Amino acid sequence: MNFDPRYSGRNFASVGTRPIRPDGVDKVTGRARYGADFNMAGQLVGRVLRSPHAHATIRKIDTSKAEKLNGVKAVITAADLPDLTDGDAALYDILDNCMARKKALYDGHAVAAVAAVDARTARQALQLIEVDYEVLPHVTDVDEAMKHSAPVLNDTIFTEGLEQKPVKPSNVTKRSQYGHGDIHEGFGRADYVVERSFKTEQTHQGYIEPHACVASVSSDGTADLWVCTQGHFVYRQHCAQLLGMEASKLRVTSSEIGGGFGGKTHVWAEPVALALSRKAGRPVKLVMTRDEVFRASGPTSATSIDVRIGARKDGTITAAEATLRYSCGPYAGMWAELGAMTAFACYNLANVRTVGYEVLVNRPKTAAYRAPSAPMAAFAVESAVDELAKEIGMDPVEFRIRNAAQEGTRSSYGPVYGPIGIGPTLEAAKNHPHMKAPLGENQGRGMACGFWFNFGGQTCTDLNIGMDGSVSLAVGTVDVGGSRASLSLVAAEELGIAYEQVKAVVADTSSLGYNDMTDGSRGTFSSSMATISAARNAIKVLRERAAQMWDIPVDDVVWENGHAIAKGEKYGNLAALSLKEIAAGSGKTGGPIAGHSELVADGAGVSFATHICDIEVDPETGATKVLRYTVVQDAGKAVHPTYVEGQYQGGAAQGIGWALNEEYVYGKDGRLQNPGFLDYRIPVCSDLPMIDTQILEIPNPNHPYGVRGVGETSIVPPLAAIANAVSNAAGVRMTHIPMSPPRILAAIEAERGGRWSK
Amino acid sequence: MRYIRPLSMEDAVGQLAGSPGTAAILAGGSDLLVRMKGGFVEPDLIVDIKAIDGLAEIRQTAEGFSIGAAVSCALMGESAALKREWPGVVEAAKLIGSKQVQGRCTIVGNLCNASPAADSVPALVAAGARALIVGPGGRRTVAVEAVPTGPGKTSLAKGEIIEAILLDRRGPHSGDAYLRFIPRTEMDIAVVSAGVNLTLDEQGVVKSARVALGAVAPTVLLVEEAAEALIGRKLDEAALERLAKVCSGACRPIDDKRGTVEFRRKVAGVLARRAATTAYARAGDK
Repeated sequence: MNFDPRYSGRNFASVGTRPIRPDGVDKVTGRARYGADFNMAGQLVGRVLRSPHAHATIRKIDTSKAEKLNGVKAVITAADLPDLTDGDAALYDILDNCMARKKALYDGHAVAAVAAVDARTARQALQLIEVDYEVLPHVTDVDEAMKHSAPVLNDTIFTEGLEQKPVKPSNVTKRSQYGHGDIHEGFGRADYVVERSFKTEQTHQGYIEPHACVASVSSDGTADLWVCTQGHFVYRQHCAQLLGMEASKLRVTSSEIGGGFGGKTHVWAEPVALALSRKAGRPVKLVMTRDEVFRASGPTSATSIDVRIGARKDGTITAAEATLRYSCGPYAGMWAELGAMTAFACYNLANVRTVGYEVLVNRPKTAAYRAPSAPMAAFAVESAVDELAKEIGMDPVEFRIRNAAQEGTRSSYGPVYGPIGIGPTLEAAKNHPHMKAPLGENQGRGMACGFWFNFGGQTCTDLNIGMDGSVSLAVGTVDVGGSRASLSLVAAEELGIAYEQVKAVVADTSSLGYNDMTDGSRGTFSSSMATISAARNAIKVLRERAAQMWDIPVDDVVWENGHAIAKGEKYGNLAALSLKEIAAGSGKTGGPIAGHSELVADGAGVSFATHICDIEVDPETGATKVLRYTVVQDAGKAVHPTYVEGQYQGGAAQGIGWALNEEYVYGKDGRLQNPGFLDYRIPVCSDLPMIDTQILEIPNPNHPYGVRGVGETSIVPPLAAIANAVSNAAGVRMTHIPMSPPRILAAIEAERGGRWSK
Repeated sequence: MRYIRPLSMEDAVGQLAGSPGTAAILAGGSDLLVRMKGGFVEPDLIVDIKAIDGLAEIRQTAEGFSIGAAVSCALMGESAALKREWPGVVEAAKLIGSKQVQGRCTIVGNLCNASPAADSVPALVAAGARALIVGPGGRRTVAVEAVPTGPGKTSLAKGEIIEAILLDRRGPHSGDAYLRFIPRTEMDIAVVSAGVNLTLDEQGVVKSARVALGAVAPTVLLVEEAAEALIGRKLDEAALERLAKVCSGACRPIDDKRGTVEFRRKVAGVLARRAATTAYARAGDK
């Protein structure tokens, strides 16, 4: 199948409109089924026993008392999940994270699990499991973990990426480096240099729906899993590998999803639920509590970042460098590397170098969180950029425009950019009324830019035309942000029919070919490409059927506005055939009409945004109020503008929470102090202003409609934009995220020479 | 676990006093149910007091107000008379939890939960509120500050129930106010809080004052020295400065997930000052 993904300008009929989403009514009425809404006859309740220690050797687990408790149907430990990973280190880490094997590596690490007839029995059974721990010294802070004196989490880890292989194991799993040019030469030519160190605390995605699944393993070895996930095909693959099953024997159905943001790209409870069901011979439902979600799913990295940027008097940056240390939890990751790649991606730099260090700590395994690693790097870089503009005496927007990357710029992480949106978002921000609005006392304005790569990847869709002419679209990318609406618009656009004639569903893993998960802002980008391809394949069939009905050569049939049209004067008396008419006759012209598509969606266009915000700081208490917030971002082409705006607003809202209050607080004992929404403070509605959005459309040359992913970039600039605004309002540079009231007040007091600072 | 819903105070007291295991009183349930669902408590007996006659009423008497133990904080907000006389107490009650929680939660529950950060307690202490306690030995009345003895602990004996909170009738030129600091705008727990209650003379000089601080010690603090800083003054800048300094000095806070020692000290003074200014304005309007 020759599918041409290149952009071609066109006028749209459906794409760009704002119809109601197909899943909307069910979601607002409560009829939609989320992870915990699946139930089966004979279902047991699964619960997990978790380590209360940050770091401990598991000497022995005695489950005998729990097994004897009436109503307990299965108790499992790591022994029930034997190591089948066959040297695959990343998969072994997933296994060990699902159920600790030799050591508990963080507060909340799973050590055993039970399946019982009800929740109360399951809870009692957990209390009867006796775990003999040898408590070890722990480390939770990223800088502390890098010190030579720090307890080493894994003595088989020797830092990769160093010129000489180290002789001693450490918590640094890898060093990575990006950049080009000669930074020493560049700094030598600088008239001004800003050098700063920054810290950001660990945050959680904070999705409202906790992890939930129902696993049912049959005695014939086949199994079903209903689960809340961002990628059921990937979950199938990981679960099947960990349990020693063939992938096709495990059917995974994804539920509606109450938020994921990267946090539902990893298995935690699912292999455990399957192992419990396998042992008990009955279906097992496993739903995490909020406490478990915080302690034992995958938050983002805590970071420590040093930045140095030099510029000439005329505002040209001559050199830039950053050293980025990111916590990974207890297992190797590439989080600092992503930070090192994205840090300076907005700028056209002759001399740039970034170095990333991946650091193990006794905290839960880091997972992706919306443009993973980029917000922290942007916080550090964009804070320094702002400060440098101030030192030079340039307007911060003008300074950024002067140094912005363009088409043809070699990016700091390697590739040369095609058409990109950083310049246009900056120009739009500069001309936005927000930039000129007056500010009151104790108020400050900040702005910042952000970048995200965007991904494409493996995608498969089916488009089936019913005999009544309605169209069902089966996709394999979980709908996290309204993609069923967007993909229905795309199918309607290609076929030339009404949006209401299309119904999109997310198919299970046995009904469709493999799909990568909904991450990397790829859902609408890649599945719309596959939908266009599937629709074009269906149109080919529709034309053939029309030709057959008319008994003319197919080459004389064209498809326009939802109709087959016989081309040429000689067919002047043939009335056009609608899709509905062709479908009605399909039983006599060759059977069902469908279009399929399997492709790797390459060429996801990179994405840029510029944010502006106004903050008021109470100088006596350090309290902050977000007065106004504006997002300007390139969408390539906004398929459903309302949901694009929703992504812009959602990213900004999460960024505001991260910037101002959200953080994991660990006690000296290495235990998480705030595993709940009371003390892990995501913003409530009244904390946020209406977030204004401006969509720019700089077409992605590698997508037929010019679409770029939009889901992640919106969380990249907020930490920096807010830090710049708070710094301007408070009159002191804020370098530690979150900028909670105690931190702001301490900074103000220190600046005033007060007697306390922290 | 046994759940009962007695219709009289005597029955409730008898059941509580006679229960062999752990017992809990259920009014709004906004603390108890959360703790039960979290697996922190599993009482053998739950005594639901909401059906007891008169307990869900706010009564106005010659002496003042009697707020029953089952009166929701939302209901307090709907009492025009209570709001007029004790705006600080009502604004504190209306800060607890969320709108939904306020439809269930009670100030007696807030008091008996014995959290140092309880929102209504500093306002009640500043207001000089008393708790009417019924127990196997009969009725007694104590100052509200005598009820909590430490985090999660009260002076109530086995079988005792607080039937109502009593607030005095207001004289002229009186006003109270409550302020708390939270990092969010709502749905949060006080990091520091301050309640101030003032009565002025005809010239606007403070005749009597009570100042209470929350979340800066194991129990709510009644700071007498802070009241002294205001009495006999017109709330001039020097008096306010002195108030803030005394309040900051009276704090015995800890560093925890919600704030630092230094932050709580400083903000306690700021809030006391701001609450005093509001209370003074309210008193002057009457």
